[in-house]
Amino acid sequence: MTDLILTSRMVDHPADSHTIARYVDTGGYKALTKALSEMTPETIIEEVKASNMRGRGGAGFPTGVKWGFLAATEPRYLVVNGDESEPGTFKDRQLLERDPHQLIEGVIISSYALNVHHAFIYIRGEYPKPARRVQRAIYEAYEAGYLGENIHGTGFSLDITVHLGGGAYICGEETALLNSLEGRRGEPRLKPPFPAVEGLYAKPTIVNNVESISNIPWMINNSGIAYAAIGPERSAGTRMFSLSGHVERPGNYEVVMGMTWRDLIYDIGGGIPDGRELKAWIPGGASAPWFVPEEHLETLVTIDDIAQAGSMAGSGAVIVMDDTTNVVAAAHRLVRFFAHESCGQCTPCREGTSWLENVLRRILDGKGRPEDIDLLLEISNGISPGLAWPPAMTTICPLGPSAVSPITSITRWFMPEVEAMIGGSEVSNV
Amino acid sequence: MNQVISQWSHANQERAGKILDAYPEKRSAIMPLLYIASLEHDFASPDAMREVAELTGVTPAQVLSVASFYTMFKRDGVGKYLVSVCTSISCFLQGADEVLEAVEEATGIHHGETSEDGRFSVEHVECIGACGGAPAVQVNYELVEGLTPDKARQLIEWLTDSQPEVVLTDEMQQLFGGQRSFDWGSSEPEGAIAPVPAFGPYGSVGEDR
Repeated sequence: MTDLILTSRMVDHPADSHTIARYVDTGGYKALTKALSEMTPETIIEEVKASNMRGRGGAGFPTGVKWGFLAATEPRYLVVNGDESEPGTFKDRQLLERDPHQLIEGVIISSYALNVHHAFIYIRGEYPKPARRVQRAIYEAYEAGYLGENIHGTGFSLDITVHLGGGAYICGEETALLNSLEGRRGEPRLKPPFPAVEGLYAKPTIVNNVESISNIPWMINNSGIAYAAIGPERSAGTRMFSLSGHVERPGNYEVVMGMTWRDLIYDIGGGIPDGRELKAWIPGGASAPWFVPEEHLETLVTIDDIAQAGSMAGSGAVIVMDDTTNVVAAAHRLVRFFAHESCGQCTPCREGTSWLENVLRRILDGKGRPEDIDLLLEISNGISPGLAWPPAMTTICPLGPSAVSPITSITRWFMPEVEAMIGGSEVSNV
Repeated sequence: MNQVISQWSHANQERAGKILDAYPEKRSAIMPLLYIASLEHDFASPDAMREVAELTGVTPAQVLSVASFYTMFKRDGVGKYLVSVCTSISCFLQGADEVLEAVEEATGIHHGETSEDGRFSVEHVECIGACGGAPAVQVNYELVEGLTPDKARQLIEWLTDSQPEVVLTDEMQQLFGGQRSFDWGSSEPEGAIAPVPAFGPYGSVGEDR
């Protein structure tokens, strides 16, 4: 259909796609030369706006529009969000490890467009190998004159600092990430002010996901309009999907959106192993409400179609569950995650996620009470009133409401199974 | 600065200086310096936190408030090999609980514990981004994907017997791993020398690497 944007180099040159020699040899840093010598910051921003690319971190906000909010004062900062921690997601890890120069070229072009002279790449602490690859690529880029003072005689200067996280999912939330980068607890900030106005060190800051920024060099080489022409109108470009769970061929797949879920799970993912049946899947990372085959196999894989069906494309993580899956056990595992990762600032999230975990735990232990389903829904409603998606918020950030997704999913689609577990019937574990 | 950390290795003192210079505000260096201090003191000890406080111009309590927020700053002693078993959803669906059980059996310790000989610490952790190669384990944050309970047991035995000074992700993957999240490409030369993420600027891939 179309050439891959992000992953063709690592597919064609598996041994050395991460090196500057291979990157330059395959057309790398051409976009940077073009951007710095032939384009103004304004024309670059126009290209990114024209691309209609929506941010790949989870929220799906158009990157060009976000850039447009950046306040005029200086200094200003660009921060790349490589904290990839949404359960089921491992796409940025591959982009960082296998093609770090693509990201770095994107950072340099973006920094030039945004008049930034110090950019940061925040990488989760559990990704030391991706961090080493990126750091070595940065050293190579300095040596080649793509970073540092007066880049290739253009008068533009940029430094990049890699910063490792400390093991906290919440730092993927952009204001928590900025607090972490400032040497503070990774607690999300109240917004407004938004980072584009008061971000890192209270200066104007753009925070973009690794995959988003990795797309920038292609846009400069091929134009924003060419990018917008790929795929459905409001889900432009290619997108990395991470397939995991009960699927024959787990892995990352760079695809053009607009296929059905049946295509993605059965054709691309190879279907369900061992002749099992598909029971449910999570379409966009642990935070997203689940889909089920009776309702959603023909739903289109686009950001808007997924949203209309009551869930979200999120981080592109697709977690597949077969018919042996105990949905209460799966929900417990998901809720346990959010309870563990809650930063503790907001009472509904801090208390509610742990209560949800405890109630699910006792159901799993065979000690469920008849009123537990109502209790789960009542606690959930306290975190996210109305139990809708996108969620109503009682909290600073969406972590709390994310913990509600597994609850609404199992009670909506698998109520008889949940009731049977509370009733003491035998249900096989995973 | 050098007085505060004069007992640190010369190379780590230099690294600390570079890290402090790499940020517009010194406070941003707290997390990187905590990793270096954890190497110097074997974990994020009270002394380590005091030194980081002095280097960054904040109080020790402020450093503690940061260290205590993040799971990777170990404020209690930690074994030579920190074995982190992912038990989040994708690994759980592929049998991670059985892998954790095997690791606990082979080391004789449970989540959050350190063996008496100081060789192992074991923990179950939330998603480490290896979902396509589930179930996954990290040793000193270096990754092995596609484990089975048997392979996990063998990994622990191998660590016990060969006691590698540098934990290399490709070596472990080759010996004990299976399904990977994606093609890893060429092998990675650097590895972990301690239960701290192995990253050159933090001094955690060894001297002169």
